[in-house]
Amino acid sequence: MTLSIEEVRKIAQLARIELTPEELARHAETMSAVLDYMNILNEVDTTGVEPTFQVTGLENVYRDDEVVECKLRDRLLKQMPEVEMEELVVPGVFD
Amino acid sequence: MNLNELTVTQAAEGLRKKEFTSVKLTEACLARINKRNKDINAFITVCDESAISEAKKADEMIARGEARPLTGIPFAVKDAICTADVRSTGSAKILDNYTPPYDATVIKKIRDQGGVLIGKNNCDAFGHGASNENSMYGPVRNPHDLTKVAGGSSGGSAAAVADNMCVYAIAEDTGGSIRYPASFCGVVGMRPSYGRNSRYGIMPMASSLDTVGPMTKTVEDMALVMECIAGSDPLDATTVPDAVPAYHTGIKNEELRMKNLRIGVPREYFEIEGMDEEVRTITDEKIERLKDLGCKIVDVSLPHTKYAIAVYYIIVPSEDSSNLARLDGIRYGVRNTEGRTLYDMYAKSRRFGFPEEVKRRILIGTYALSAGYYDAYYKKAQQVRTLIKKDFDEVFQKVDVLITPTSPFPPFAIGDKVSDPLAMYLADVMVGPAAVAGIPAISVPGGKTKTGLPIGVQIIGARMSEGTVMNIGYWLEKSK
Repeated sequence: MTLSIEEVRKIAQLARIELTPEELARHAETMSAVLDYMNILNEVDTTGVEPTFQVTGLENVYRDDEVVECKLRDRLLKQMPEVEMEELVVPGVFD
Repeated sequence: MNLNELTVTQAAEGLRKKEFTSVKLTEACLARINKRNKDINAFITVCDESAISEAKKADEMIARGEARPLTGIPFAVKDAICTADVRSTGSAKILDNYTPPYDATVIKKIRDQGGVLIGKNNCDAFGHGASNENSMYGPVRNPHDLTKVAGGSSGGSAAAVADNMCVYAIAEDTGGSIRYPASFCGVVGMRPSYGRNSRYGIMPMASSLDTVGPMTKTVEDMALVMECIAGSDPLDATTVPDAVPAYHTGIKNEELRMKNLRIGVPREYFEIEGMDEEVRTITDEKIERLKDLGCKIVDVSLPHTKYAIAVYYIIVPSEDSSNLARLDGIRYGVRNTEGRTLYDMYAKSRRFGFPEEVKRRILIGTYALSAGYYDAYYKKAQQVRTLIKKDFDEVFQKVDVLITPTSPFPPFAIGDKVSDPLAMYLADVMVGPAAVAGIPAISVPGGKTKTGLPIGVQIIGARMSEGTVMNIGYWLEKSK
Protein backbone atom coordinates (compact mmCIF):
# COMPACT_ATOMS: atom_id res chain seq x y z
CA MET A 1 0.00 0.00 0.00
CA THR A 2 1.15 3.53 -0.83
CA LEU A 3 0.02 4.82 2.57
CA SER A 4 0.57 3.03 5.86
CA ILE A 5 -1.92 3.18 8.71
CA GLU A 6 0.65 5.22 10.65
CA GLU A 7 0.84 7.79 7.83
CA VAL A 8 -2.94 8.09 7.68
CA ARG A 9 -2.98 8.61 11.46
CA LYS A 10 -0.55 11.52 11.01
CA ILE A 11 -2.57 13.06 8.17
CA ALA A 12 -5.80 12.73 10.18
CA GLN A 13 -4.13 14.48 13.09
CA LEU A 14 -3.07 17.35 10.81
CA ALA A 15 -6.63 17.52 9.45
CA ARG A 16 -8.13 17.40 12.96
CA ILE A 17 -10.29 14.33 12.40
CA GLU A 18 -10.53 11.58 15.01
CA LEU A 19 -10.66 8.11 13.42
CA THR A 20 -11.31 4.66 14.88
CA PRO A 21 -8.75 1.87 14.16
CA GLU A 22 -11.19 0.37 11.61
CA GLU A 23 -11.56 3.72 9.87
CA LEU A 24 -7.80 4.20 9.78
CA ALA A 25 -7.34 0.82 8.09
CA ARG A 26 -10.12 1.48 5.60
CA HIS A 27 -8.86 4.95 4.70
CA ALA A 28 -5.29 3.60 4.28
CA GLU A 29 -6.64 1.07 1.81
CA THR A 30 -8.97 3.34 -0.19
CA MET A 31 -6.60 6.35 -0.18
CA SER A 32 -3.78 4.13 -1.43
CA ALA A 33 -5.96 2.90 -4.30
CA VAL A 34 -6.87 6.47 -5.24
CA LEU A 35 -3.26 7.73 -5.01
CA ASP A 36 -2.01 4.77 -7.05
CA TYR A 37 -4.51 5.69 -9.75
CA MET A 38 -3.07 9.25 -9.80
CA ASN A 39 0.21 7.82 -11.11
CA ILE A 40 -1.45 7.86 -14.54
CA LEU A 41 -0.47 11.57 -14.62
CA ASN A 42 3.22 10.60 -14.77
CA GLU A 43 2.59 9.48 -18.36
CA VAL A 44 2.14 13.13 -19.30
CA ASP A 45 5.19 15.26 -20.04
CA THR A 46 4.50 18.60 -18.37
CA THR A 47 7.95 20.12 -18.78
CA GLY A 48 7.50 23.86 -19.21
CA VAL A 49 3.67 23.70 -18.94
CA GLU A 50 2.21 26.49 -16.82
CA PRO A 51 -0.29 25.34 -14.18
CA THR A 52 -3.92 26.52 -14.54
CA PHE A 53 -5.05 27.77 -11.15
CA GLN A 54 -8.07 29.60 -12.55
CA VAL A 55 -9.90 29.70 -15.87
CA THR A 56 -11.45 33.17 -16.11
CA GLY A 57 -8.27 35.09 -16.87
CA LEU A 58 -9.46 37.85 -14.54
CA GLU A 59 -6.69 39.69 -12.74
CA ASN A 60 -6.61 42.15 -9.87
CA VAL A 61 -10.34 42.44 -9.26
CA TYR A 62 -10.60 45.45 -6.99
CA ARG A 63 -13.42 47.06 -5.10
CA ASP A 64 -13.55 50.30 -3.12
CA ASP A 65 -12.37 49.91 0.44
CA GLU A 66 -15.55 51.20 2.05
CA VAL A 67 -16.82 50.46 5.52
CA VAL A 68 -20.19 48.71 5.30
CA GLU A 69 -22.38 48.07 8.30
CA CYS A 70 -23.00 44.38 9.04
CA LYS A 71 -26.59 44.02 10.15
CA LEU A 72 -26.28 40.32 10.95
CA ARG A 73 -24.77 40.60 14.43
CA ASP A 74 -27.62 39.09 16.41
CA ARG A 75 -28.28 36.34 13.90
CA LEU A 76 -24.60 35.40 13.83
CA LEU A 77 -24.52 35.25 17.64
CA LYS A 78 -27.55 32.95 17.52
CA GLN A 79 -25.59 30.45 15.40
CA MET A 80 -22.73 30.17 17.90
CA PRO A 81 -22.50 26.96 19.92
CA GLU A 82 -21.79 28.77 23.20
CA VAL A 83 -22.14 32.47 23.99
CA GLU A 84 -21.48 34.42 27.16
CA MET A 85 -22.17 38.15 27.44
CA GLU A 86 -22.53 38.33 23.65
CA GLU A 87 -19.12 36.74 23.11
CA LEU A 88 -18.14 33.37 21.70
CA VAL A 89 -16.93 30.82 24.26
CA VAL A 90 -14.20 28.35 23.22
CA PRO A 91 -12.17 25.77 25.16
CA GLY A 92 -8.81 26.99 26.46
CA VAL A 93 -6.06 27.16 23.86
CA PHE A 94 -3.27 26.53 26.40
CA ASP A 95 -3.25 23.88 29.08
CA MET B 1 -52.86 18.18 -15.30
CA ASN B 2 -51.94 18.91 -11.70
CA LEU B 3 -50.46 22.34 -11.05
CA ASN B 4 -47.22 20.89 -9.65
CA GLU B 5 -46.56 19.23 -13.02
CA LEU B 6 -46.33 22.58 -14.83
CA THR B 7 -43.06 23.89 -16.23
CA VAL B 8 -41.76 27.32 -15.19
CA THR B 9 -42.94 28.76 -18.50
CA GLN B 10 -46.45 27.29 -18.11
CA ALA B 11 -46.72 28.25 -14.43
CA ALA B 12 -45.64 31.84 -15.13
CA GLU B 13 -48.25 32.15 -17.85
CA GLY B 14 -51.02 30.66 -15.67
CA LEU B 15 -50.18 33.03 -12.84
CA ARG B 16 -50.07 36.03 -15.13
CA LYS B 17 -53.45 35.13 -16.65
CA LYS B 18 -54.85 34.56 -13.14
CA GLU B 19 -55.85 30.97 -13.99
CA PHE B 20 -54.62 29.96 -10.54
CA THR B 21 -52.78 31.54 -7.62
CA SER B 22 -49.27 31.01 -6.33
CA VAL B 23 -50.85 29.70 -3.11
CA LYS B 24 -52.66 26.95 -5.07
CA LEU B 25 -49.51 26.11 -7.03
CA THR B 26 -47.45 25.99 -3.83
CA GLU B 27 -50.04 23.80 -2.10
CA ALA B 28 -49.92 21.37 -5.04
CA CYS B 29 -46.13 21.04 -4.69
CA LEU B 30 -46.34 20.63 -0.91
CA ALA B 31 -49.00 17.94 -1.33
CA ARG B 32 -46.74 16.08 -3.74
CA ILE B 33 -43.79 16.34 -1.32
CA ASN B 34 -46.02 15.10 1.49
CA LYS B 35 -47.02 12.10 -0.58
CA ARG B 36 -43.66 11.15 -2.09
CA ASN B 37 -40.78 12.42 0.02
CA LYS B 38 -40.87 9.54 2.51
CA ASP B 39 -40.06 7.19 -0.38
CA ILE B 40 -37.70 9.39 -2.40
CA ASN B 41 -35.99 11.38 0.39
CA ALA B 42 -35.38 14.35 -1.89
CA PHE B 43 -35.90 16.98 0.84
CA ILE B 44 -34.09 17.44 4.16
CA THR B 45 -36.18 20.50 5.07
CA VAL B 46 -39.65 21.36 3.76
CA CYS B 47 -40.80 24.99 4.17
CA ASP B 48 -44.52 24.26 4.72
CA GLU B 49 -45.43 27.49 6.47
CA SER B 50 -42.99 30.01 5.04
CA ALA B 51 -43.69 28.80 1.49
CA ILE B 52 -47.40 29.57 1.85
CA SER B 53 -46.74 33.03 3.26
CA GLU B 54 -44.21 33.71 0.47
CA ALA B 55 -46.83 32.54 -2.05
CA LYS B 56 -49.39 34.97 -0.58
CA LYS B 57 -46.91 37.82 -0.98
CA ALA B 58 -46.24 36.71 -4.56
CA ASP B 59 -49.99 36.72 -5.29
CA GLU B 60 -50.11 40.31 -4.01
CA MET B 61 -47.19 41.23 -6.30
CA ILE B 62 -49.03 39.70 -9.25
CA ALA B 63 -52.25 41.53 -8.32
CA ARG B 64 -50.30 44.80 -8.25
CA GLY B 65 -48.95 44.07 -11.73
CA GLU B 66 -45.41 43.57 -10.44
CA ALA B 67 -44.95 40.01 -11.67
CA ARG B 68 -41.52 39.05 -12.98
CA PRO B 69 -40.55 35.76 -14.67
CA LEU B 70 -40.15 33.72 -11.46
CA THR B 71 -42.73 35.45 -9.24
CA GLY B 72 -44.88 32.98 -7.33
CA ILE B 73 -43.17 29.87 -8.68
CA PRO B 74 -42.13 27.25 -6.08
CA PHE B 75 -38.48 26.22 -6.31
CA ALA B 76 -36.22 23.92 -4.30
CA VAL B 77 -32.58 24.51 -3.38
CA LYS B 78 -29.71 22.11 -2.82
CA ASP B 79 -28.89 22.03 0.87
CA ALA B 80 -25.26 23.03 0.21
CA ILE B 81 -26.52 26.50 -0.80
CA CYS B 82 -27.28 29.05 1.92
CA THR B 83 -30.86 30.24 2.32
CA ALA B 84 -31.61 32.99 4.84
CA ASP B 85 -33.56 31.77 7.87
CA VAL B 86 -33.99 28.28 6.38
CA ARG B 87 -31.80 25.50 7.77
CA SER B 88 -28.94 24.58 5.42
CA THR B 89 -27.05 21.44 6.44
CA GLY B 90 -25.05 20.62 3.30
CA SER B 91 -26.28 17.07 4.15
CA ALA B 92 -23.71 16.80 6.96
CA LYS B 93 -24.49 16.57 10.67
CA ILE B 94 -21.85 19.17 11.54
CA LEU B 95 -24.32 21.74 10.15
CA ASP B 96 -27.45 19.95 11.42
CA ASN B 97 -28.49 23.06 13.36
CA TYR B 98 -27.17 25.70 10.96
CA THR B 99 -29.54 28.44 9.79
CA PRO B 100 -27.71 30.89 7.53
CA PRO B 101 -28.31 34.57 8.25
CA TYR B 102 -28.12 35.42 4.53
CA ASP B 103 -29.13 34.17 1.07
CA ALA B 104 -26.66 33.06 -1.59
CA THR B 105 -26.68 35.73 -4.33
CA VAL B 106 -28.49 33.51 -6.86
CA ILE B 107 -31.17 32.70 -4.27
CA LYS B 108 -31.53 36.36 -3.33
CA LYS B 109 -32.13 37.23 -6.98
CA ILE B 110 -34.97 34.70 -7.16
CA ARG B 111 -36.48 35.67 -3.80
CA ASP B 112 -36.35 39.36 -4.74
CA GLN B 113 -38.54 38.44 -7.72
CA GLY B 114 -41.05 36.78 -5.39
CA GLY B 115 -39.90 33.18 -5.95
CA VAL B 116 -41.33 30.73 -3.41
CA LEU B 117 -38.73 28.62 -1.58
CA ILE B 118 -40.41 25.27 -1.01
CA GLY B 119 -37.57 23.36 0.66
CA LYS B 120 -33.97 22.19 0.80
CA ASN B 121 -32.77 19.22 -1.20
CA ASN B 122 -30.81 16.25 0.02
CA CYS B 123 -27.40 15.86 -1.68
CA ASP B 124 -24.09 14.11 -1.17
CA ALA B 125 -22.56 15.91 1.82
CA PHE B 126 -20.96 19.16 0.56
CA GLY B 127 -21.34 17.81 -2.98
CA HIS B 128 -18.99 14.86 -2.49
CA GLY B 129 -20.34 12.02 -4.58
CA ALA B 130 -21.99 10.82 -7.77
CA SER B 131 -24.79 8.70 -6.29
CA ASN B 132 -26.24 10.73 -3.41
CA GLU B 133 -25.32 7.93 -1.01
CA ASN B 134 -22.85 10.13 0.91
CA SER B 135 -25.61 12.12 2.64
CA MET B 136 -25.87 11.85 6.42
CA TYR B 137 -29.65 12.06 5.91
CA GLY B 138 -29.91 8.86 3.85
CA PRO B 139 -29.70 8.25 0.09
CA VAL B 140 -32.07 9.81 -2.43
CA ARG B 141 -34.08 7.23 -4.36
CA ASN B 142 -34.65 7.53 -8.11
CA PRO B 143 -38.32 8.42 -8.79
CA HIS B 144 -38.25 6.15 -11.88
CA ASP B 145 -37.18 3.12 -9.80
CA LEU B 146 -36.86 3.40 -6.04
CA THR B 147 -34.16 0.70 -5.88
CA LYS B 148 -31.83 2.85 -8.03
CA VAL B 149 -29.70 5.85 -7.10
CA ALA B 150 -30.81 9.33 -8.19
CA GLY B 151 -27.24 10.27 -9.09
CA GLY B 152 -25.22 12.89 -7.28
CA SER B 153 -24.32 15.03 -5.83
CA SER B 154 -27.51 17.06 -6.48
CA GLY B 155 -29.71 13.92 -6.39
CA GLY B 156 -32.44 15.45 -4.24
CA SER B 157 -32.84 18.41 -6.60
CA ALA B 158 -33.00 16.16 -9.67
CA ALA B 159 -35.50 13.79 -8.04
CA ALA B 160 -37.66 16.68 -6.78
CA VAL B 161 -37.89 18.19 -10.28
CA ALA B 162 -38.46 14.79 -11.94
CA ASP B 163 -41.20 13.88 -9.47
CA ASN B 164 -42.92 17.30 -9.69
CA MET B 165 -42.32 18.13 -6.02
CA CYS B 166 -41.21 21.59 -7.18
CA VAL B 167 -41.31 23.45 -10.50
CA TYR B 168 -37.52 23.83 -10.76
CA ALA B 169 -34.45 23.68 -8.53
CA ILE B 170 -31.16 25.48 -7.99
CA ALA B 171 -28.13 23.25 -7.47
CA GLU B 172 -24.36 23.26 -7.71
CA ASP B 173 -21.98 21.47 -10.11
CA THR B 174 -18.29 21.08 -9.32
CA GLY B 175 -17.50 18.03 -11.45
CA GLY B 176 -20.89 16.81 -12.66
CA SER B 177 -23.15 17.29 -9.65
CA ILE B 178 -25.95 18.87 -11.70
CA ARG B 179 -25.55 17.00 -15.00
CA TYR B 180 -25.07 13.52 -13.57
CA PRO B 181 -28.29 13.36 -11.48
CA ALA B 182 -30.14 15.22 -14.26
CA SER B 183 -29.23 12.33 -16.55
CA PHE B 184 -30.25 9.69 -13.99
CA CYS B 185 -33.60 11.32 -13.17
CA GLY B 186 -34.55 12.45 -16.69
CA VAL B 187 -34.44 16.22 -16.21
CA VAL B 188 -32.45 19.12 -17.70
CA GLY B 189 -29.36 20.30 -15.82
CA MET B 190 -26.66 22.76 -16.82
CA ARG B 191 -23.28 23.65 -15.45
CA PRO B 192 -22.61 27.21 -16.66
CA SER B 193 -19.12 28.54 -17.42
CA TYR B 194 -17.08 29.08 -14.26
CA GLY B 195 -17.66 32.71 -13.29
CA ARG B 196 -21.00 33.11 -15.10
CA ASN B 197 -23.14 32.79 -11.93
CA SER B 198 -22.18 34.04 -8.48
CA ARG B 199 -20.87 31.46 -6.02
CA TYR B 200 -21.47 33.73 -3.03
CA GLY B 201 -23.31 31.76 -0.34
CA ILE B 202 -22.52 28.35 -1.80
CA MET B 203 -20.84 26.01 0.68
CA PRO B 204 -17.46 25.86 -1.06
CA MET B 205 -16.12 22.55 -2.27
CA ALA B 206 -13.40 23.19 -4.86
CA SER B 207 -13.36 26.96 -5.29
CA SER B 208 -11.64 26.92 -8.69
CA LEU B 209 -14.33 24.61 -10.16
CA ASP B 210 -17.62 25.25 -8.30
CA THR B 211 -20.54 26.54 -10.36
CA VAL B 212 -24.23 27.15 -9.63
CA GLY B 213 -26.95 26.24 -12.09
CA PRO B 214 -30.62 25.37 -12.47
CA MET B 215 -32.30 21.96 -12.80
CA THR B 216 -35.49 22.14 -14.82
CA LYS B 217 -38.14 20.13 -16.66
CA THR B 218 -37.36 21.71 -20.05
CA VAL B 219 -34.52 23.55 -21.78
CA GLU B 220 -36.77 26.58 -22.20
CA ASP B 221 -37.13 26.74 -18.41
CA MET B 222 -33.36 26.41 -18.09
CA ALA B 223 -32.85 29.49 -20.28
CA LEU B 224 -35.52 31.42 -18.40
CA VAL B 225 -34.03 30.69 -14.95
CA MET B 226 -30.45 31.22 -16.13
CA GLU B 227 -31.37 34.68 -17.42
CA CYS B 228 -32.67 35.55 -13.93
CA ILE B 229 -29.71 34.29 -11.90
CA ALA B 230 -26.64 34.93 -14.09
CA GLY B 231 -24.36 37.94 -13.86
CA SER B 232 -21.43 39.46 -12.03
CA ASP B 233 -21.54 39.95 -8.28
CA PRO B 234 -19.37 42.25 -6.16
CA LEU B 235 -19.50 39.53 -3.48
CA ASP B 236 -17.80 36.96 -5.77
CA ALA B 237 -14.65 38.36 -7.37
CA THR B 238 -14.46 35.39 -9.76
CA THR B 239 -17.66 36.36 -11.57
CA VAL B 240 -17.05 37.73 -15.05
CA PRO B 241 -18.22 41.21 -16.08
CA ASP B 242 -19.78 40.01 -19.39
CA ALA B 243 -23.41 41.12 -19.86
CA VAL B 244 -26.05 38.38 -19.50
CA PRO B 245 -27.44 37.51 -22.95
CA ALA B 246 -31.19 37.16 -23.57
CA TYR B 247 -31.00 33.38 -23.16
CA HIS B 248 -34.75 32.84 -23.15
CA THR B 249 -35.50 34.43 -26.53
CA GLY B 250 -32.16 33.14 -27.81
CA ILE B 251 -32.88 29.42 -27.50
CA LYS B 252 -35.84 29.62 -29.86
CA ASN B 253 -33.57 30.89 -32.59
CA GLU B 254 -34.74 29.65 -35.94
CA GLU B 255 -33.88 26.14 -36.91
CA LEU B 256 -31.98 27.67 -39.79
CA ARG B 257 -29.19 28.51 -37.42
CA MET B 258 -28.71 24.80 -36.78
CA LYS B 259 -27.80 24.30 -40.41
CA ASN B 260 -24.53 26.10 -39.98
CA LEU B 261 -23.54 24.38 -36.76
CA ARG B 262 -20.65 21.97 -36.49
CA ILE B 263 -21.12 19.31 -33.83
CA GLY B 264 -18.00 17.48 -32.62
CA VAL B 265 -18.12 13.86 -31.53
CA PRO B 266 -15.05 13.36 -29.32
CA ARG B 267 -13.91 9.81 -29.97
CA GLU B 268 -12.26 9.36 -26.55
CA TYR B 269 -15.68 9.60 -24.88
CA PHE B 270 -17.00 6.73 -26.98
CA GLU B 271 -14.01 4.47 -26.35
CA ILE B 272 -14.53 4.36 -22.59
CA GLU B 273 -14.35 0.87 -21.19
CA GLY B 274 -17.59 -0.45 -19.76
CA MET B 275 -19.82 1.96 -21.64
CA ASP B 276 -23.39 0.69 -21.70
CA GLU B 277 -24.78 -0.29 -25.11
CA GLU B 278 -28.13 1.42 -24.57
CA VAL B 279 -26.31 4.65 -23.65
CA ARG B 280 -24.33 4.38 -26.88
CA THR B 281 -27.45 3.71 -28.99
CA ILE B 282 -29.41 6.60 -27.52
CA THR B 283 -26.50 9.03 -27.98
CA ASP B 284 -26.04 7.84 -31.59
CA GLU B 285 -29.75 8.43 -32.23
CA LYS B 286 -29.45 11.98 -30.95
CA ILE B 287 -26.44 12.58 -33.19
CA GLU B 288 -28.59 11.41 -36.13
CA ARG B 289 -31.33 13.86 -35.11
CA LEU B 290 -28.82 16.72 -35.17
CA LYS B 291 -27.77 15.60 -38.62
CA ASP B 292 -31.46 15.68 -39.69
CA LEU B 293 -31.62 19.28 -38.43
CA GLY B 294 -28.81 20.15 -40.82
CA CYS B 295 -25.87 20.13 -38.41
CA LYS B 296 -22.49 18.98 -39.63
CA ILE B 297 -21.14 16.10 -37.56
CA VAL B 298 -17.36 16.12 -37.11
CA ASP B 299 -15.19 13.40 -35.58
CA VAL B 300 -12.78 15.08 -33.15
CA SER B 301 -10.17 14.12 -30.57
CA LEU B 302 -9.45 15.40 -27.06
CA PRO B 303 -6.26 13.44 -26.35
CA HIS B 304 -5.94 14.27 -22.64
CA THR B 305 -9.46 13.10 -21.72
CA LYS B 306 -8.23 10.03 -19.88
CA TYR B 307 -6.30 12.16 -17.39
CA ALA B 308 -9.26 14.36 -16.40
CA ILE B 309 -10.45 12.18 -13.50
CA ALA B 310 -6.97 12.02 -11.94
CA VAL B 311 -6.62 15.81 -12.30
CA TYR B 312 -10.08 16.36 -10.88
CA TYR B 313 -9.60 14.08 -7.87
CA ILE B 314 -6.37 15.82 -6.90
CA ILE B 315 -7.57 19.41 -7.30
CA VAL B 316 -10.95 18.80 -5.66
CA PRO B 317 -9.82 17.08 -2.42
CA SER B 318 -6.98 19.61 -2.10
CA GLU B 319 -9.34 22.58 -2.30
CA ASP B 320 -11.94 20.67 -0.25
CA SER B 321 -9.51 20.09 2.57
CA SER B 322 -8.72 23.77 2.93
CA ASN B 323 -12.33 24.94 2.44
CA LEU B 324 -13.74 22.50 4.98
CA ALA B 325 -11.21 23.57 7.62
CA ARG B 326 -13.77 26.24 8.53
CA LEU B 327 -16.13 23.56 9.84
CA ASP B 328 -14.60 22.95 13.24
CA GLY B 329 -17.39 23.45 15.75
CA ILE B 330 -16.11 26.87 16.84
CA ARG B 331 -18.29 29.64 15.44
CA TYR B 332 -21.33 27.77 14.13
CA GLY B 333 -22.60 24.26 13.56
CA VAL B 334 -22.51 21.34 15.96
CA ARG B 335 -19.74 21.41 18.60
CA ASN B 336 -18.74 18.18 20.30
CA THR B 337 -17.88 18.74 23.96
CA GLU B 338 -17.01 15.16 25.05
CA GLY B 339 -13.26 15.81 25.05
CA ARG B 340 -11.24 18.03 27.36
CA THR B 341 -8.93 19.93 25.06
CA LEU B 342 -9.36 22.26 22.10
CA TYR B 343 -7.85 19.56 19.87
CA ASP B 344 -10.46 17.05 21.07
CA MET B 345 -13.21 19.51 20.26
CA TYR B 346 -12.00 19.93 16.67
CA ALA B 347 -11.28 16.24 16.10
CA LYS B 348 -14.51 14.93 17.62
CA SER B 349 -16.77 17.59 16.06
CA ARG B 350 -15.33 16.61 12.68
CA ARG B 351 -15.45 12.87 13.42
CA PHE B 352 -19.17 12.88 14.18
CA GLY B 353 -20.07 15.72 11.81
CA PHE B 354 -18.65 14.39 8.53
CA PRO B 355 -19.54 11.19 6.62
CA GLU B 356 -16.77 8.84 5.47
CA GLU B 357 -16.37 10.33 1.98
CA VAL B 358 -15.91 13.87 3.32
CA LYS B 359 -13.22 12.58 5.66
CA ARG B 360 -11.54 10.71 2.80
CA ARG B 361 -11.41 13.86 0.66
CA ILE B 362 -10.03 15.98 3.47
CA LEU B 363 -7.36 13.33 4.13
CA ILE B 364 -6.37 13.00 0.45
CA GLY B 365 -6.25 16.78 0.10
CA THR B 366 -4.23 17.26 3.27
CA TYR B 367 -1.76 14.67 1.98
CA ALA B 368 -1.58 16.11 -1.56
CA LEU B 369 -0.91 19.62 -0.27
CA SER B 370 1.59 18.62 2.39
CA ALA B 371 5.27 19.53 2.15
CA GLY B 372 7.11 17.24 -0.26
CA TYR B 373 3.98 16.15 -2.17
CA TYR B 374 2.65 19.47 -3.48
CA ASP B 375 4.69 19.37 -6.73
CA ALA B 376 3.97 15.69 -7.39
CA TYR B 377 0.20 16.01 -6.95
CA TYR B 378 -1.38 19.45 -6.86
CA LYS B 379 1.03 21.27 -9.19
CA LYS B 380 1.25 18.33 -11.58
CA ALA B 381 -2.57 18.16 -11.73
CA GLN B 382 -2.82 21.88 -12.47
CA GLN B 383 -0.29 21.48 -15.30
CA VAL B 384 -2.24 18.62 -16.87
CA ARG B 385 -5.35 20.76 -16.40
CA THR B 386 -3.72 23.30 -18.74
CA LEU B 387 -3.38 20.56 -21.39
CA ILE B 388 -7.01 19.44 -20.98
CA LYS B 389 -8.15 23.05 -21.34
CA LYS B 390 -5.93 23.43 -24.41
CA ASP B 391 -7.55 20.35 -26.00
CA PHE B 392 -10.95 22.02 -25.66
CA ASP B 393 -9.65 25.42 -26.88
CA GLU B 394 -8.27 23.77 -30.01
CA VAL B 395 -11.32 21.64 -30.72
CA PHE B 396 -13.62 24.66 -30.44
CA GLN B 397 -11.69 26.21 -33.34
CA LYS B 398 -13.09 23.38 -35.47
CA VAL B 399 -16.57 22.79 -34.01
CA ASP B 400 -19.22 24.82 -32.20
CA VAL B 401 -20.13 22.25 -29.55
CA LEU B 402 -19.45 18.66 -28.56
CA ILE B 403 -21.99 15.90 -27.98
CA THR B 404 -21.37 13.00 -25.57
CA PRO B 405 -23.34 10.82 -23.17
CA THR B 406 -23.65 12.34 -19.68
CA SER B 407 -22.91 9.06 -17.91
CA PRO B 408 -21.32 5.88 -19.32
CA PHE B 409 -24.11 3.80 -17.75
CA PRO B 410 -27.76 4.12 -16.65
CA PRO B 411 -28.73 4.60 -12.96
CA PHE B 412 -27.29 1.78 -10.83
CA ALA B 413 -28.65 0.05 -7.73
CA ILE B 414 -28.35 1.70 -4.34
CA GLY B 415 -25.39 0.15 -2.51
CA ASP B 416 -23.74 -1.16 -5.70
CA LYS B 417 -20.65 1.05 -5.68
CA VAL B 418 -20.39 2.39 -2.13
CA SER B 419 -17.58 0.09 -1.09
CA ASP B 420 -15.28 1.19 -3.93
CA PRO B 421 -14.63 4.97 -3.90
CA LEU B 422 -12.32 4.83 -6.93
CA ALA B 423 -15.04 3.15 -9.06
CA MET B 424 -17.41 5.91 -8.00
CA TYR B 425 -14.85 8.59 -8.95
CA LEU B 426 -14.52 7.03 -12.41
CA ALA B 427 -18.28 7.49 -12.95
CA ASP B 428 -17.44 11.18 -13.52
CA VAL B 429 -15.50 10.36 -16.68
CA MET B 430 -17.94 12.14 -19.05
CA VAL B 431 -18.71 15.14 -16.85
CA GLY B 432 -15.31 15.84 -15.26
CA PRO B 433 -13.34 17.23 -18.23
CA ALA B 434 -15.68 20.21 -18.88
CA ALA B 435 -15.50 21.06 -15.18
CA VAL B 436 -11.71 21.01 -15.17
CA ALA B 437 -11.72 23.38 -18.17
CA GLY B 438 -14.40 25.66 -16.66
CA ILE B 439 -16.67 25.47 -19.71
CA PRO B 440 -20.48 25.10 -19.92
CA ALA B 441 -22.25 21.78 -20.43
CA ILE B 442 -25.90 20.76 -20.36
CA SER B 443 -27.49 17.35 -19.85
CA VAL B 444 -30.83 16.84 -21.60
CA PRO B 445 -32.96 13.69 -21.46
CA GLY B 446 -32.02 11.51 -24.41
CA GLY B 447 -34.31 8.56 -23.93
CA LYS B 448 -34.95 5.58 -21.70
CA THR B 449 -33.54 2.09 -21.32
CA LYS B 450 -35.77 -0.91 -22.02
CA THR B 451 -36.39 -1.06 -18.28
CA GLY B 452 -37.55 2.54 -18.23
CA LEU B 453 -34.51 4.29 -16.75
CA PRO B 454 -33.59 7.76 -18.08
CA ILE B 455 -30.41 8.36 -20.06
CA GLY B 456 -29.04 11.86 -20.60
CA VAL B 457 -27.07 13.33 -23.47
CA GLN B 458 -24.51 16.07 -22.85
CA ILE B 459 -23.73 19.14 -24.97
CA ILE B 460 -20.43 20.85 -24.11
CA GLY B 461 -19.60 24.33 -25.38
CA ALA B 462 -16.75 26.83 -25.37
CA ARG B 463 -16.38 29.28 -22.49
CA MET B 464 -19.37 31.64 -22.14
CA SER B 465 -21.32 29.86 -24.89
CA GLU B 466 -24.21 28.72 -22.69
CA GLY B 467 -26.61 30.37 -25.18
CA THR B 468 -25.46 28.04 -27.97
CA VAL B 469 -25.40 25.05 -25.64
CA MET B 470 -29.01 25.67 -24.58
CA ASN B 471 -30.07 26.40 -28.15
CA ILE B 472 -28.89 22.98 -29.28
CA GLY B 473 -30.33 21.36 -26.17
CA TYR B 474 -33.67 22.96 -27.04
CA TRP B 475 -33.78 21.46 -30.54
CA LEU B 476 -32.53 18.10 -29.28
CA GLU B 477 -35.34 18.05 -26.74
CA LYS B 478 -37.86 18.80 -29.48
CA SER B 479 -36.50 16.14 -31.86
CA LYS B 480 -38.04 13.18 -30.09
